[in-house]
Amino acid sequence: MKNFWEKLMHGVFFVCALASIFAVVMICIFLFANGIPAIREIGVLDFLTGTKWKPGNDIYGILPMIVGSIYITAGAILIGVPVGLLTAVFMAFYCPQRAYRLLKPCTELLAGIPSIVYGFFGMIVIVPAVREAAALFGADISGSSILSASILLGVMILPTVIGVAESALRAVPQNYYEGAVAMGATHERAVFSVMLPAAKSGVLASIVLGVGRAIGETMAVVMVAGNQPRLTGNVLKGIRTLTANIVQEMGYATGLHREALIATGCVLFVFILLINLTFSVLKRRKDA
Amino acid sequence: MTGPATLGTAARRGAETKTTMRSTYGRGRAKLQKGLVYGAAFLTFAVLLFLIGYILISGIPHLKSSLFALQYTSENVSMLPAMITTVEMTVLALLLAVPFGLFTAVYLNEYAARGSRLVRVIRITTETLSGIPSIVFGLFGMLFFVTRLHWGYSLLAGAMTLAIMILPLIMRTAEEALMAVPDSFREASFGLGAGRLRTVFRIVLPSAMPGILSGVILGIGRIVGETAALIFTAGTMAQIPGLLQSGRTLAIHMYVLSGEGLHMNEAYATAVVLLVVVLLMNTLSALVAKKLTKK
Repeated sequence: MKNFWEKLMHGVFFVCALASIFAVVMICIFLFANGIPAIREIGVLDFLTGTKWKPGNDIYGILPMIVGSIYITAGAILIGVPVGLLTAVFMAFYCPQRAYRLLKPCTELLAGIPSIVYGFFGMIVIVPAVREAAALFGADISGSSILSASILLGVMILPTVIGVAESALRAVPQNYYEGAVAMGATHERAVFSVMLPAAKSGVLASIVLGVGRAIGETMAVVMVAGNQPRLTGNVLKGIRTLTANIVQEMGYATGLHREALIATGCVLFVFILLINLTFSVLKRRKDA
Repeated sequence: MTGPATLGTAARRGAETKTTMRSTYGRGRAKLQKGLVYGAAFLTFAVLLFLIGYILISGIPHLKSSLFALQYTSENVSMLPAMITTVEMTVLALLLAVPFGLFTAVYLNEYAARGSRLVRVIRITTETLSGIPSIVFGLFGMLFFVTRLHWGYSLLAGAMTLAIMILPLIMRTAEEALMAVPDSFREASFGLGAGRLRTVFRIVLPSAMPGILSGVILGIGRIVGETAALIFTAGTMAQIPGLLQSGRTLAIHMYVLSGEGLHMNEAYATAVVLLVVVLLMNTLSALVAKKLTKK
């Protein structure tokens, strides 16, 4: 009897362990099975490099959205990564222990705030601020723009960058630091010339993970980016991302339009898989 | 962690007397770097404080008793149905995700041969799952649960989608908690003649409980704040839903309100409630986790 239970529960644990594999396989199958036919019908090139998105006329080109996602992600990296990395250096090498006990949970809280709250904050604080700043220079804009979205996403990726970079910095052997100081380096020099380069692949991994967060973010971006499907390099103009495209139109889309939106999801999914792959390669290199 | 800080002060004191070092590595540069580090840290925590402060201060005055009426009407814009939906959604999603996440962790840590191919595949898929953005989970939920299984926009479809989404979080925290249980506990249990199953349920799981719980609480925080995965799975109806009915959680409620632009005051109030719930969950999780380290 005892043996029976042992065997049964072993089986149960095993089956549960397969759940995550099952989930990933199902997600891949359902996304691609529903997305690829639409891409084939529209034409791969027309879909990926088409500059016009006009569902009313059955024209589906997602290049503006791909570019939009890249611009906003790049902006977020430009703003979030320097601040995040320096904060990670602070947490690892400058922060007094008592303050650390208070500040560490704060960075985790930054990650815990829902994206809808971030989006709302962006909508009522960042967007008007950008609008008024532009008005000082005589520009009349709504404020929902690449810049606003980049600032907001820059804040949102902070906890990711800080968390991964800090643990990478802590993983560098302590005697590197001691060696540098023993040779007469100042604290700053030991940190910036020895510890930071030694943690390079972990730091890179933190940036890659930040890219993943930024490119996949949906609700916060929808609320501040303006969402016009157009190609523009002007950071004060609105733009639409891949994620925003799905959320904006899925509610009422039918037929080919709906499938084109699912195909947008596939493109996003492929981006994310590539980013994840890069991340795990970097992480493995750190472990080695 | 005290290491670098205390060593740092010693090094800085040493640097005052070492003129050779100063000439090759300018004191100005070191000052700049130090300033940047402190500046960035200040900026990070100032933004967090400002965000929380701004939402609380501008939102709390809008919390009115009419917002907590049992029935939603377009007049009172009550958020109580959304709050109840959020509780239902959380309980349901946890009921689905916790057993799977916990048992996976048990399998990986207590049963599977370390480094076997299956274990590697499970780890890779879990990592993949945790990197997938919530809108992709939402799309999958819509295609599979809502359309293929014909559940329609429903509480169940939303909860299933969320369960998949938080599975990696539950799994990872549970596994870390299990790994922290010393092997001597297991050996002692085996030595007294207990089987593997008994050891897991009577010895390992109880000692890992705080770590597991703190992961579950973090999971609750993510469920409460989730929007993108729910719009096309649970829908946006403002009612208290049954299992196969559509309902909106607090986060969706807030999205709908701020999208319409008609009820900004109510959106502020909802933001306050959401933020307070998330603050509570984070504190609770940290407290529970601290209990683990104290033992």
